[in-house]
Amino acid sequence: MARMATRRRVVISTIGAWFFGFLIFFPILWMVLASFKTELEAFAIPPSFLFFQWTTENYATVQERSDYFHHAMNSIIIAGGSTLIALLIAIPAAWSMAFSPTKRTKDILLWMLSTKMMPPVGVLVPIYLIFKTFGLLDSRVGLVFILCLGNLPIVIWMLFTYFKEIPRDILEAARMDGATIGRELVYVLTPMAIPGLASTLLLNLILAWNEAFWTLNLSTSNAAPLTTFIASYSSPEGLFWAKLSAASTLAIAPILVLGWFSQKQLVRGLTFGAVK
Amino acid sequence: MATRQTQFLARSLLTPAVGLLFVWMIVPLALTLYFSTLHYSLLDPGSEAFIGLENFRYFLTDPAFLASLQNTLVLVGSVLALTILLGIPLALLLDQPVIGRNFVRLMVIAPFFVMPTVSALVWKNLLMHPVSGLFAWLASLFHLTPIDWFNDVPLFAVILIVAWQWLPFATLILLTALQSLDEEQKEAAEMDGASAVSTFIYITLPHLARPITVVILIETIFLLTVFAEIYVTTGGGPGLSTTNIAFLIYSQALIQFDVGSASAGGLVAVVIANIVAFFLVRIVGRNLEA
Repeated sequence: MARMATRRRVVISTIGAWFFGFLIFFPILWMVLASFKTELEAFAIPPSFLFFQWTTENYATVQERSDYFHHAMNSIIIAGGSTLIALLIAIPAAWSMAFSPTKRTKDILLWMLSTKMMPPVGVLVPIYLIFKTFGLLDSRVGLVFILCLGNLPIVIWMLFTYFKEIPRDILEAARMDGATIGRELVYVLTPMAIPGLASTLLLNLILAWNEAFWTLNLSTSNAAPLTTFIASYSSPEGLFWAKLSAASTLAIAPILVLGWFSQKQLVRGLTFGAVK
Repeated sequence: MATRQTQFLARSLLTPAVGLLFVWMIVPLALTLYFSTLHYSLLDPGSEAFIGLENFRYFLTDPAFLASLQNTLVLVGSVLALTILLGIPLALLLDQPVIGRNFVRLMVIAPFFVMPTVSALVWKNLLMHPVSGLFAWLASLFHLTPIDWFNDVPLFAVILIVAWQWLPFATLILLTALQSLDEEQKEAAEMDGASAVSTFIYITLPHLARPITVVILIETIFLLTVFAEIYVTTGGGPGLSTTNIAFLIYSQALIQFDVGSASAGGLVAVVIANIVAFFLVRIVGRNLEA
């Protein structure tokens, strides 16, 4: 009796979950399908779902336009560069707050958090003018710099919560054995911190890759990452749905894969440890 | 001795991060404050003059400000309502024994990883296009007149796109919270003959109160400054119907080149965001002590 009920429950919830999951995922799937259609078919009514002339022509076209690679490269440099620099600044800071906390540590952490809450549009004007003055508009250096600072609070917070979980006994044992702080850092702390470092790196790569306020406002062509490049398809003359879909699929594919790996850390990173 | 040395080291490790964030926070904000008191137009260089609070008076009494404030509130409120009202049942469903749950989770979380410009354009063209979009075709199947989304209900169209992007976030956080709920408590309630509904109301929902608050606060911070979705779909229009505060400030600064007024607007946006941030920081801070 009970088993019957359970089995029915599993069937119902499985059907429900798959249905709604598919519904939510559908726009992405539809985009991927459109990327394999011809422009005519992508536009056709009634739409064809699976039985159309599959073609990889759009991907070839997107690849031939060398500027796609240019923008993809910009995305890699900007997202990767800003994340790495943020990590370099954040690791010592988080390490220090996690292992030598003072009375003010909590205040400093909360203050860092509050800088993340400043709406970027509130400082758009001065940043734009500063960039203009120093010739940083449409430059990769400028975007690396801005995204690095923008994500720094999240990086510090995530690392802090991970470092906090490293048992302190181990550090004390190392100290008792006469390890210097440098050795402690290299041989004890780093190996234990690698999982936390990896997930912090991953989440921030995703955030920086998808960032679409500063990249849209501060880059036009030369330094434009994929966010800005895709936005250029919004102009009327860019009404090529199949090519837009192919370019979009290429732009989100790597990050979708990374994102799926890091979904557990996502909760922690984005809620600043408020939900576990 | 060693302790003092350690403390010194700890402080010097912390300094670069604190210093950078301090400069990052203070310098642009101070400049915004300064510009907001100037008559300063990029179209009319050299004519900068101190005009006190005139920019604020101009910005706050501009009909566009009231319209965009209203749009901002409607956008934030609707997306919050949609993501939470849909996120709770979805999280409850994913918390059930589901065959292939990990795969379903992947499908549900996916929209969050799509860059805003891509999701906005895919929805605008492939789904919401009044003639060739999928929704238009679906409507025609039921002999309904297709909706011209970005002309008839532009703000609602933007709301749908943004809600689709944030639903995964709400669901994932609520699901994480559900999974930390003590199963025994629920089982005990069921043993005592509590119905599924009362278990949900008296045990599950109170447990979700905190994560829901966190979702509301964090989403609000991000939703107050929705930009890319509006930028690539409607450009704030038609008229002002999809202009939110972020977009209004952007258009004053980079389209009309009115630095002074845009700076005043920027400060207004900072104040609004800080009201929300105040509560969020308090919640996170309480958690830090626990």
